[in-house]
Amino acid sequence: MMTSSTQHPDRIRISGGRVIDPANNLDAVLDVFVADGNIAAVGTPPDGFIADHEIDASGRIVCPGLVDLCARTREPGQEHKATIASESLAAASGGITTLCCPPDTYPVVETPADIELIRLRAEAAGKARVVTLGALTRGLDGEYLSEMAALKKAGCVGVSNALRPLANTQVLRRALEYAATFDLTVFLYADDHWLSANGCAHEGKVATRMGLPGIPQAAETAAIARDLALVEQTGVRAHFCRLSTARAAHMVARAQFDGLPVTADVAIPYLYLTEIDIREFDSNCHVIPPLRTTEDRQRLRDAVQRGIFSAICSDHQPHDPDAKLRPFPSTEPGISGLDTLLPLGLRLVDEQVMKLGELIHRLTAGPARILGLPGGTLAVGSAADICIFDPELTWLLDPSTIKSHGHNTPFMGWELKGRATHTLLAGRLVHTL
Amino acid sequence: MSTASLQLDAHGRLKHFLSIEGLNNQLLIDILDTAESFAGVTEQTVKKVPLLRGKTIVNLFFEASTRTRTTFELAAKRLSADVLNINITQSSAVKGETLLDTLRNLEAMHVDMFVVRHTDSGAAHFIANHAAPHVSVINAGDGRHAHPTQALLDIFTIRRVKGPDFGRLRVAIVGDILHSRVARSQIHALNLLNTGDIRIVAPKTLVPAYAESLGVHVYHDLEAGIEAADVIIMLRLQRERMQGALLPSEHEYYELFGVTEEKLAVASPDVTIMHPGPINRGVEMDSEVADGSRSVILEQVTHGIAVRMAVMSMAMHHQKKVTQ
Amino acid sequence: MNEIDNIPGMLDNMAHELAELLKKGNRDNPAMVGIHTGGVWVAEQLHRKLGLSDPLGSLDISFYRDDFTRIGMNPVVRPSQLPFGIDDRHIILVDDVLHTGRTIRAAMNELFDYGRPASILLATLVERDGRELPVQANVVGSHIRLSATQHIKLLGPDPLRLEIKQES
Repeated sequence: MMTSSTQHPDRIRISGGRVIDPANNLDAVLDVFVADGNIAAVGTPPDGFIADHEIDASGRIVCPGLVDLCARTREPGQEHKATIASESLAAASGGITTLCCPPDTYPVVETPADIELIRLRAEAAGKARVVTLGALTRGLDGEYLSEMAALKKAGCVGVSNALRPLANTQVLRRALEYAATFDLTVFLYADDHWLSANGCAHEGKVATRMGLPGIPQAAETAAIARDLALVEQTGVRAHFCRLSTARAAHMVARAQFDGLPVTADVAIPYLYLTEIDIREFDSNCHVIPPLRTTEDRQRLRDAVQRGIFSAICSDHQPHDPDAKLRPFPSTEPGISGLDTLLPLGLRLVDEQVMKLGELIHRLTAGPARILGLPGGTLAVGSAADICIFDPELTWLLDPSTIKSHGHNTPFMGWELKGRATHTLLAGRLVHTL
Repeated sequence: MSTASLQLDAHGRLKHFLSIEGLNNQLLIDILDTAESFAGVTEQTVKKVPLLRGKTIVNLFFEASTRTRTTFELAAKRLSADVLNINITQSSAVKGETLLDTLRNLEAMHVDMFVVRHTDSGAAHFIANHAAPHVSVINAGDGRHAHPTQALLDIFTIRRVKGPDFGRLRVAIVGDILHSRVARSQIHALNLLNTGDIRIVAPKTLVPAYAESLGVHVYHDLEAGIEAADVIIMLRLQRERMQGALLPSEHEYYELFGVTEEKLAVASPDVTIMHPGPINRGVEMDSEVADGSRSVILEQVTHGIAVRMAVMSMAMHHQKKVTQ
Repeated sequence: MNEIDNIPGMLDNMAHELAELLKKGNRDNPAMVGIHTGGVWVAEQLHRKLGLSDPLGSLDISFYRDDFTRIGMNPVVRPSQLPFGIDDRHIILVDDVLHTGRTIRAAMNELFDYGRPASILLATLVERDGRELPVQANVVGSHIRLSATQHIKLLGPDPLRLEIKQES
């Protein structure tokens, strides 16, 4: 028997599981073999393979470790809410092996040192890969370009101005062109900040009744229209983050049809919740972009199923309790989502919104492709980032089962079905149930 | 928690008073009838009753307002309660305590009731959700959401002037509906009393999205909107509306939506004119209308005290049951 | 005929006794206050018989009841009307039934909110057992003993009639 250590990871055999690997068109009950931190084989064992240990995955699903396109760990700068250590642990318990963080930390991710800090913290925690987007403009202030070449060299997977506004379309145009010079994907948040100014809910019947300042649909669509025009002008590869309206889905589909290099994602809460869920000022439903109408939710679901949105992310935003313990408009927006990404995704399959293979694609190969990362696959030779989950296991989301430091989720108290039983990161077991 | 279950106790009686939404028709009428008794008190020589003697009521105002605070204070004192006025400006709130901490500190001093005014919609609900079980919360206005005591005194006034059958009434609300918590509460109250026709009259910039879903007809033309109206309620136009590109000028607003004796010709001959105050003369209406025989604006102010006495004593009544 | 069926007779006796008490105590220029609703009906009669100069005052004690919270807000509350000053006056307080004494306590509290009377005489049409507070009437139309489940009520205003009901 080989002894295990971090230098020489164990040889592992994952047996009897239903392997779903959309990147390789695979859906079959097969064994998976791991050696040296990589996928050694799928199906037939390599010659002379002796497993150090075996994971019995019968009755379970074996898929690539989930790739979460957007999750905030709150580090550096807001460690009172959460840290890289706490959130990568939560990610691992949810079967997520890669997290992508937006650059709006404190300080903003705009120097190689910032990227390095995050990478080192993630490595020290050792529970998940944490990649980052770099700032599109200095300080995210929307005026001056950031040193995107240096950021790329330091390892950022794209650039973004997060939810901060850009001074004007000329600055936006130049920023897109500059990013395109280095073949960087720009992650755009479709938000016209004048139209959405001070709003905290969708400008519709619910906001009208409750007297909440509204964010009109046009805040999203006007921004997309402008951004698409500039994508066309500059040829930059663009990804639209967390779209919330049916109209936006339609515009992206049209752009894709027209051959523009545009991708988009949706955050999973928007596939479930609508403006009605705000109920009597439930601050857990204060999110940006806001929860829209039932018609929007239906069209978003269609768009995800059809692949117009090629990724579903958690849009994880953990908060300390104080951030939500205020009157609704004064609360900080955001839902803590790492713990619920997988089970809520599986529920979409149960509700026949999409097939299991399509779901897993949107959680693995889809986001990996958008990020330009080698993950989201079980191809032989790729890193053994693996998620094994029991799709029938029911559990209650409550303060004792949630792993993120952020308990701010409207799904608290929900009975969920589907849970990761094992998560491997580079062939190392980082989570068992 | 639904507003009904938050502001009413298990027997359907008032525990907090947060919004007209969540009340039922009978409870609304009970509140109006109770206010009638208190109206008598304010007309007596001895204007006090001992109902809330020994109770402490805190006016917790996060938004400046002398007039509303004064009427609540007067109402509380006429019930023989002790009153504490706390004005928390935005800057001190930002510098200092969270809203919850302020609440807890005051509760530690054994207060019985909070009357809350805040710039955020949902603030009164928030406080009611976190208040200690024996404490009652009265909403004195939260953001754009609700100002239920104002709506109460308005329909109390209408009932006194026009009688209890709202089904035969045509009521027009004119002005900045978009930003108005008063209008929202009035609309809920009028709907709860099965008012025949409720209209809002304003330029498009001042009408909220999907306004019809509130149970009103929308008009952008004053004459059409007040045609055959039995009651016209004017809302105050705030100076800030010129900023944010909502209106070009008070002048144009007055031209189009200001109520004058001339324009009232199309309304019902015994139309009643109302305004929550303070009035901008020459903007919402001219002085002739404001001071004319059809105006009940001053009566509204008087009724405001009786209505608040009613709501405070009904909510405090619940409290006694809790501590017994 | 039962004593309580002869209300006119009771009222005459009461007026007579009151006149004597007022003279004996040198209570000049008294004013009369009836307690809503039955007490006002009784007071109207007595006021007429005594020929008092000031108009009759009336009190609604709903807001002064100590059991207000248990019985809840009664929406129909008439305002109290005292068309004369209370300070230094000799007051004749009139009620229909004196039972626990709480109504009289509430009425006296309310009177004192209006001013400081020189004296108060209490006249009641019926006095029954069951006192819970140390209150006594100066002038009584008829004394009666009832069980705990019986209640006596004055109906009126015309004709005035006393009714005894059994709580089931």
